[in-house]
Amino acid sequence: MEPIIETKGLSISFGGHTAVDGVNISVPKNHFKSIIGPNGAGKTTFFNLLSGQLLPTKGQIFFRNKEITKMSPTERTCLGLGRSFQITNVFPNLTVLENVRLAVQSQAGTRFQMLAHYKKYRIFEEKAAEWLELVLLDNKKEIVARNLAHGEKRKLEIAMLLALNTEVLLLDEPTAGMSVEEVPAILDVIRKIKRGNDRTILLIEHKMDMIMDLSDSVMVLFNGKLLADGTPNEIMKNEIVQSAYLGGLYDVNSVKA
Amino acid sequence: MNNRMNILYVITAVFLLVLPFVYESRTLLILLTQVFIFAIFAMSYDILLGYTGIVSFGHAMFFGIGAYTIGVFMKQFEPTIPYFLLAVLVTIVLTAIVSFVLGLLTLRLKSHFYAMLTLAFSGLFLVLAEKWRTVTYGNDGFTFRIPDLFKDRTDFYLICLVTMIVVFAILRRFTSSPLGRVLQAIRENEQRTESLGYSILHYKVIASVISGVMAGLAGLLYSMSLRFVNTSVFTMDITLDALLMTIIGGVGTLVGAIIGAGLIEFAHHWLTELAKVHWIFERWIIFFGIIYILAVMFFPMGIVGTLKKIKLNRTKKEEKKAEEKIAS
Ligand SMILES: Nc1ncnc2c1ncn2[C@@H]1O[C@H](COP(=O)(O)OP(=O)(O)OP(=O)(O)O)[C@@H](O)[C@H]1O
Ligand SMILES: [Mg+2]
Repeated sequence: MEPIIETKGLSISFGGHTAVDGVNISVPKNHFKSIIGPNGAGKTTFFNLLSGQLLPTKGQIFFRNKEITKMSPTERTCLGLGRSFQITNVFPNLTVLENVRLAVQSQAGTRFQMLAHYKKYRIFEEKAAEWLELVLLDNKKEIVARNLAHGEKRKLEIAMLLALNTEVLLLDEPTAGMSVEEVPAILDVIRKIKRGNDRTILLIEHKMDMIMDLSDSVMVLFNGKLLADGTPNEIMKNEIVQSAYLGGLYDVNSVKA
Repeated sequence: MNNRMNILYVITAVFLLVLPFVYESRTLLILLTQVFIFAIFAMSYDILLGYTGIVSFGHAMFFGIGAYTIGVFMKQFEPTIPYFLLAVLVTIVLTAIVSFVLGLLTLRLKSHFYAMLTLAFSGLFLVLAEKWRTVTYGNDGFTFRIPDLFKDRTDFYLICLVTMIVVFAILRRFTSSPLGRVLQAIRENEQRTESLGYSILHYKVIASVISGVMAGLAGLLYSMSLRFVNTSVFTMDITLDALLMTIIGGVGTLVGAIIGAGLIEFAHHWLTELAKVHWIFERWIIFFGIIYILAVMFFPMGIVGTLKKIKLNRTKKEEKKAEEKIAS
């Protein structure tokens, strides 16, 4: 199947430290790929490269066979690459509803209308309310985002991404910091989107067991390098991955040897 | 609640409209005219600072462009309505071009570049006004005549009041339009706005142009009210006035800018009067400095912002009480 996202030798260095190092991946359309790896492996940095927050020092990124390596985050979002952030990144002094409404407005392409009142576009608010309902935040609409609990902010973050309605969803640890009771509901949302079978999803997650049944494939990053890429089963059985996760392994080459 | 606010606005507007017919005080009329003019100027500044989060240290530049344009047209040509309209048009075009170019040059960079470049450019305009003697008469400036229509103080008062109301209405609509909402998102979190698919540079440049043009119109009215213009319109004092008015009134609220303009202008007036009693009051800038520090310390959200918060807390408490009642 034709890939929707492809990277070739994607690398970025900060000073002397190479955070992402020659990563090649190819993700087919409507695929669900999880990215795992220990802290500091370069997972978020890899997302930042895909979404344009950072520009690579080497390598290329393709979206639907079109090179997007140098495009701005705005352009990539408009093309259909949306992302959520690991560190909650919302509009703190706007209401929850307004946070999502802004995403809906962007998705609808209403960018430079400056004469009409925004309330005229009631449909935006209704859509935004629907997304909030989906992530179980519909009772917090009028609250200022700053006053949400941490887990609720995470849900808002997801709602904003979903509202963009992009073809590709990059989710950076969506459930991190949520209370244990909240996690299943969010996983349900993700499962629902997957079942729709019209989105390509890349998901970063720490907890391996949680994503094994969801994923079509799993890739493992370690010290910025792509350590393994395969079906969940293959990854579970992979010895290198096992030892990497069991700890004590900080030099991949020594295991290979 | 919104409706109640609108009624309050209408009552205030009607009160101000009939005031000159029931209470004849030349000083008050002139003072209020100044308030209206500076309210327009402060609102224009608020579009940048309060709504988009852009700091400008050279907003006087647009004010000054408007002030000199009308002066030059009235002096070099004739004080007639056609030339007045031409001056308005030229002010709009000039301020739009300058704010567009400045915005395009610097708004893609870190925020302090805009502050610095506007400061530098307003300095440049100040020098230009000083040196281009054949047109500007240097530092001392020049007096000029204005069309007959504007000569009567009451008429001019009403014109300024109506202009302020129109500008207020336009900017209120503008700030609550889909585009205006994106401006506020940029103020809150630039990076996130970008990743929602909005190209922030375009928005910032639009805010810069709208703000610049409005400031230009304020400057035009200002020198018309004095029938005189000199280089002081390009000085830092004018920018500081705008900054003070928006901060004291409450950033991000257009009414705040109007209230701030009223307070500062009246305080200015009273302190000048008091200066006759004791020289210390002549140093009114000292008092403003103190007010400014106190405002930032105790009312960081300004008058309107603080009032809003008090109101919000009260409704919250009421809601809680209601909830408790239901629970018990
Ligand atoms: N902007 C930056 N400047 C300098 N170093 C950076 C920058 N961004 C990331 N790094 C470094 O790159 C490495 C990878 O970080 P990254 O955030 O991608 O890890 P991660 O896999 O997402 O970890 P976690 O599981 O903790 O989220 C880290 O060593 C980090 O310090
Ligand atoms: Mg991370």
